[in-house]
Amino acid sequence: MEWLNAVVQGTLLGGLYALFAAGLSLIFGVMRLVNIAHGDLIVLAAYLGLTVTTGMDLNPLLALILVVPAMGAIGYVLQRGLLNQTLGDDLLPPLLVTFGLSVILQNSLLEVYTADPRKLDAGSLETASIAVGGLSLGVLPVLTFVVAVVVIWGLQWTFYHTAIGRAFRAVSDNQDIAQLMGLNRRHVFGLAMALALGVTAIAGILLGIRTSFDPSIGGGRLIFGFEAVIIGGLGNLWGTLIGGVILGVAQTVGAKIDPGWQILAGHLTFLLILAVRPNGLFPRVDT
Amino acid sequence: MREPILQMQGLNAHYGDFQALYGVDMNVAEGEVLAIIGANGAGKTTLMRSITGLLTNGPGQITYHGTDISRLRADEVAARGLAMVPEGRQLFRSLSVRENLMIGAQTGRAGPWDIAAVYKLFPILEERKDQQSTSLSGGQQQMVAIGRALMANPDLILFDEISLGLAPIIIKDIYAALPGIIGEGMSAVIVEQDITKALAVSSRVYCLQEGRVSLEGASDTVSRAEISRAYFGIE
Repeated sequence: MEWLNAVVQGTLLGGLYALFAAGLSLIFGVMRLVNIAHGDLIVLAAYLGLTVTTGMDLNPLLALILVVPAMGAIGYVLQRGLLNQTLGDDLLPPLLVTFGLSVILQNSLLEVYTADPRKLDAGSLETASIAVGGLSLGVLPVLTFVVAVVVIWGLQWTFYHTAIGRAFRAVSDNQDIAQLMGLNRRHVFGLAMALALGVTAIAGILLGIRTSFDPSIGGGRLIFGFEAVIIGGLGNLWGTLIGGVILGVAQTVGAKIDPGWQILAGHLTFLLILAVRPNGLFPRVDT
Repeated sequence: MREPILQMQGLNAHYGDFQALYGVDMNVAEGEVLAIIGANGAGKTTLMRSITGLLTNGPGQITYHGTDISRLRADEVAARGLAMVPEGRQLFRSLSVRENLMIGAQTGRAGPWDIAAVYKLFPILEERKDQQSTSLSGGQQQMVAIGRALMANPDLILFDEISLGLAPIIIKDIYAALPGIIGEGMSAVIVEQDITKALAVSSRVYCLQEGRVSLEGASDTVSRAEISRAYFGIE
C-alpha cells in the first residue's frame, strides 16, 4: 500500500511537472526556441501571485485572474521586444540571451523580494485531503493534476481546432511560406510566448501554494520541465504529461527507498529513458 | 497600354555579397498573364522572392498598385493582394489539406474564392480534405498549393515553376485549369522552364539571363532564335 501511495502521489506531482513543461514544449514546438529562463519565469509568476494575494488579500487561485494575463502580456512583449531578434538558423543566440535573462530575473527578484523563502497562502486547501480506497490524497495535488490535464487538453484543442493553432503549426512548418500567406511570424511568435507564459503563470501559482520558493529555485524547475518534455518526446503535449508523471513517480518512489534519492532517482530515470529512446517515448511523427 | 499593376524599376537583389539581380525593369499590366523564362540560376526565383517580400530591396524598386512595396514584409505584401504558388509546392506538412487551404484565407480579403470554390475547381481536394497534405500525389499537392494561393483572393498571382517534378499528364491538367483560375480580372506571372507551355498561356514574355532581362516581347511574336539567344546567351 505504501508503494501504491508513492506511485499515486508521484503521478499527481507529475501534473505539476507537466505544467512546468507545457510552456517549454509549446515554445520549442512553434519557434525552436529553448528558453533557459523558463524556470525563472515560473518563479516570477509565483512572486507576482504573492504580490497580488498579499496586496489585495485574495486567494492565490483567484489571483490567477490577474497573473495569467499579466504573464501573457510579459510574454508577448518579451518575444516581440527581445527574443524575436535572436531567432534564426543559429540555435546559440536564443540560448545565450535567455540564459542572460535568467540571471537578470533571478537578481531582480532578489532585489525586490529578498532571498527569504516565501509561500502563497491558500488556507485550508493546502491541508485538505480526500480518502480514496485506503489512500489519502491531498486536494491540492489532485487539483493540480486535474488542472494539468485540462491545460494540456486546452492547448491541444487550440493547436488543432482554432485559427491561431493552425497559424502556430504553419509557422512551425515553414516560416517563409507562412509569411507569404499573410502570417506575420513575429506576431505569431509573440502570441505563442504569451500563451506559454499564461500556462507558466498557472504553474507558478500552484508551485507557490505547494512549496515555499525563493529567487534561486528557477533552475531546478527548468530541469524538471526539460526532463518531462524530453521523456515525453519533443512537440507532443500529451507525451509531456506522461513525461511529467514518469518523472514524478520516479522521484516519489526514489524517496520511498531512501529520502535522499528523490531527485537522483528522477534524473537517473530520465537518463535511462534518454539512453534507450533518444527521441523520447512519444516523439512527434514527421513524415 | 493598360495600367501596370506591378512595376519593377532598376531592381537589384543580393544574397550577402552575391548579387543575383542587376537593374531589372519589368511590368505586369492589369489582367495580363506574363511569362518569365530563363535557365537555372538566371534569377527567376530571386525575382519572386523580391516581389513577395521574402527579400527586401532598395526603396522605389517595386511598385504594386502604385505604392512602393520594396521594403514591406511578405505578410504585408500578401495583405495587399499578391499571392504566390511557390516552387516545389511547399505545403504545410503538419496541416491537413483543408487547413492548408484555410491558411491561404488568412489575409481576410473578400472575393470570389472560398473553400467551396476551390473544391469546385479541384473536386479531389474535397475528398481528401482531412488527409495530411504530404500523403497526396505531386499533382494533388500542386492543386492544394494553387488553391491555397487563390483563397487569398489575390489581384496578382505568381506561379513559380508549377510543372517542376510533375508527370506530363498532370502538367497538362494543371495548365488546362489555368484559364479558369486566371479569369475574373486577375493578373498572373508564370515562371516556367518549359518555354512552349510558358508562351502558350501568356501574352508577354520576359527572359532572364544571369540576373538581367535579356528579352522582352509578345509571346506570339518572339522567335525561337531570339529566345535561345536570350536564354543561353549564345550569339
